[in-house]
Amino acid sequence: MSDSHLEAIPYHTLTDEEYQKTKKLLNRAPNATELAIFSAMWSEHCSYKSSKQYLARFPTKGKQVIHGPGENAGVVDIGDDWVAVFKIESHNHPSYIEPFQGAATGVGGILRDIFTMGARPVALLNSLRFGPLDIPKNRYLMEEVVAGIAAYGNCIGVPTLGGEIVFNEIYSKNPLVNVFCLGIAKKDEIVTAAAGGIGNPVIYVGSKTGRDGVHGATMASAELNAETEDRHTVQVGDPFTEKRLVEACLELIHSGTLVGIQDMGAAGLTSSATEMADRGDCGIEIDLAKVPLRDASITPEEIMISESQERMLLVAKKGCEAEVAAIFERWDLDVAEIGVVTDDHIFRVKKGDALVAEIPVKALTAEAPLYDRPVKEPAFQDLLLGLQEEAIAEPKSYSKTLLTILGSPNFASKKWVYQQYDHMIQNNTVIPPGQGAAMVRLKGTNKALAMTTDGNSTYALLHPYFGGAIAVAEAARNLACVGAKPIALTNCLNFGNPERPETMWSLGLSVEGMSDACERLEIPVVSGNVSLYNETLGMGIYPTPVVGMVGLVDSAALIETPLTPGFKAPGEKIVLIGDTREELGGTAYLKIIHAQERGYPPNVDFEKEKSVHAVVIAAAEAGLLRSAQDCAEGGLLVVLAECCLLSPSDVGAKLEIEAPSIRMDGFLFGESQSRIVVSVKTEDLVQLEALIAEKGLSSTVLGETGEASLVLSVKGRARPLLSVSLEAMKDVYENGISSYFEDHTQNT
Amino acid sequence: MRFGIVVFPGSNCDFDCRYVTADVLGEPTSFIWHRETKLPEIDVLIIPGGFSYGDYLRAGAIARFSPIMDAVIDFAEKGNPVVGICNGFQILTEAGLLPGALLQNNSTKFICQWSSLRVESNQTQFTHLYQTDELIDLPIAHMDGNYYLEADAVTELENNNQIVFRYVSKTGETTVSANGSPDGITGLTTDDGRFTIMMPHPERASDAVLGGIDGIRLFKSLQSGWEKS
Repeated sequence: MSDSHLEAIPYHTLTDEEYQKTKKLLNRAPNATELAIFSAMWSEHCSYKSSKQYLARFPTKGKQVIHGPGENAGVVDIGDDWVAVFKIESHNHPSYIEPFQGAATGVGGILRDIFTMGARPVALLNSLRFGPLDIPKNRYLMEEVVAGIAAYGNCIGVPTLGGEIVFNEIYSKNPLVNVFCLGIAKKDEIVTAAAGGIGNPVIYVGSKTGRDGVHGATMASAELNAETEDRHTVQVGDPFTEKRLVEACLELIHSGTLVGIQDMGAAGLTSSATEMADRGDCGIEIDLAKVPLRDASITPEEIMISESQERMLLVAKKGCEAEVAAIFERWDLDVAEIGVVTDDHIFRVKKGDALVAEIPVKALTAEAPLYDRPVKEPAFQDLLLGLQEEAIAEPKSYSKTLLTILGSPNFASKKWVYQQYDHMIQNNTVIPPGQGAAMVRLKGTNKALAMTTDGNSTYALLHPYFGGAIAVAEAARNLACVGAKPIALTNCLNFGNPERPETMWSLGLSVEGMSDACERLEIPVVSGNVSLYNETLGMGIYPTPVVGMVGLVDSAALIETPLTPGFKAPGEKIVLIGDTREELGGTAYLKIIHAQERGYPPNVDFEKEKSVHAVVIAAAEAGLLRSAQDCAEGGLLVVLAECCLLSPSDVGAKLEIEAPSIRMDGFLFGESQSRIVVSVKTEDLVQLEALIAEKGLSSTVLGETGEASLVLSVKGRARPLLSVSLEAMKDVYENGISSYFEDHTQNT
Repeated sequence: MRFGIVVFPGSNCDFDCRYVTADVLGEPTSFIWHRETKLPEIDVLIIPGGFSYGDYLRAGAIARFSPIMDAVIDFAEKGNPVVGICNGFQILTEAGLLPGALLQNNSTKFICQWSSLRVESNQTQFTHLYQTDELIDLPIAHMDGNYYLEADAVTELENNNQIVFRYVSKTGETTVSANGSPDGITGLTTDDGRFTIMMPHPERASDAVLGGIDGIRLFKSLQSGWEKS
């Protein structure tokens, strides 16, 4: 082709076809800066060109939804003039290249998405995936990612309330770092990221622009290779500046001088300016000579695509420039009027008098390429689904098997991690990390917000539809276990290379499963993020759809005495709500004990799922429940052990079950969905059973809480099937992760 | 009782302290911006936790040069009650108002957890509503909480009854220290008991819904009158 000179131009990643399209849109060839702008805006990361058609499938409407996808974060009405604002986002690629800064700036970015909406961030969660900890590189990645998250969240003063961490070989070369942030605001304080008002000033605030993160959006839209040492593509976080930025921006929003505001995230100044113009249906003209710079030698294209952190772009009301400047100057932040809102729908970039770039806004947004990528079911899929159950030997010792699972990093205590996070700051943490869903109260109200992140990539590998559906169902179940009603969700779709038809097959099915679950459980999707190209050296991750879900508790009693998973006192009844089927496929038991990730993952019946949530929420609100724990990953026996391990007063359990009609390991370690284990005072059992029967659900009284051990007997058998002391369980559970890190010298 | 809370850029426990003094105790509370050079009319001053100036250099090392610090020192020297919590502890030792320095935790990691403490002295404006030798639980949350002081100086503090809180095990033995502080020291006071610095966060333990209320008596001690006996 005639455009071979393209290869000599830095900062462009367009395909030949895309390049031809830019020429058509401009009626001329783009210059180097324009190419950099097109490359950034048309990158997978900014344009969602491979996934957009699938994302349209998500149900996004609901009577409480104020802003759904398309804004910086979703906004949901929670009553009494309050709104919850939240989003989850990935920072996978940078966290592999430079784990501390990659993870830290992930936290910084998601925080900005929340406070740009006018909300004060009140909680952070993260969903992490690493390779096994016996590999030193994985320990390094985990230690640095956790330290990076801690450094940013602790400094800025937003509590990090946990989330989830999963280990699997597949993430050794592609760790995942998904960060979630929740903010709250009064309804009338919400602002959006739309420019508007012809002639209004466009103002730059925050850190100066440097070369860090140049090329970040395009880096995040490509596979990594053996020599990926592009550390300059990873930004450096400065939580101190961000803390000042939060306070200054919230002050600004309350001042009434603002039209719209957006953070400079992926593709920096380019995406913030064009997206604001696009939403406001106008044009924007900026002058690069006015942009605060760290280094005068930085080129125009580098300024346009720099991803230096802690920067915001805003449009203020004309005449309010001095008032805006005073707010940021008080916080010692740079503030510069760099442009103006125009009526010509053009994104125009000048440097002094010289014209640097001139592109119609729609060419960068609505005209961005969309790909209907080929789809193909992987050839190995049938092989994966085939599980020969008769070849799986039942455990000789259930005690030993239980201890092995409890001590494996996926099930062991995550205290080594969350102890590094300030999870108490802001004085709202009602349910701290390590207990299932976390919960923060809203001061001055009878409300609290519970939140969780969930995703099971083994299920998604085996059957992407159920992997997606169960992520939603399980998140909602986790919220029900603290008495919270789900209000909405955000998701992060982590997948491999979209140019592989197999990747698109799993992406499409996962979205389908999530969407069905959302519709049937009536939980709208209000924000989200797609992370593709999670591949290194041609090795991709399992499909990893992750859900972040928020639920509302509207009861003073459930805030004063929150419902948590741990057993509370001896002599109380332990009840399993829901049915257990023989579902061994995709279980943790198969993976940990039998080294297999195969078979059909568990099925999920949405109607039953919904009824189980309704029963548990109603029982919680009626004050019937002493504890509640989602019964899924690990299966019934692991969940019962967790209820003992999480007991605040070392309460154990004595269980006596009927001989099950299915395999014993299927009964104890199978992962049938729509089940919750609760404990109740003996006198409340009848009332609970009535609630369960009313919904047409089944339940089983498994036994009673008791001394500090877990004992399980089968009726008609002389000796207990299992008897383990709480001490033995604690020993493996508490050291399962910390023992991998030499410097664990912590006491209690 | 009028409370003042100094706000440095990067302070992040300022709102939490105000929540306790203003919302829980109902006392008038004002924020004092670090650029001020005079204090408003107040009776008690709190230097709250956080990461003043990001603490990129050394915790508290920059904040002590803030314009407000002369007024803080003057207020303290006049015998008015001042409490420095967490980053406040770090700032006030950097300013030389009490001896010692804070090193990084032994674990080299940030630690956030509930910790058992023993009240070593109730002869202060801040602890007179506690019993001496009482065991209490307060949260800690810091990276640099390993208090360092030469052995002679520790003995001197002990002799003057200036040590206020020590980390202990749940059953009260002094051998346990979450961050490596020698002898578990984590709170000390001037010899008149009117100026106290502590690493634990009493403001996070002043509301039962947050899991403990052992911190509220520190604020209530301040609220009520006290003379050293």
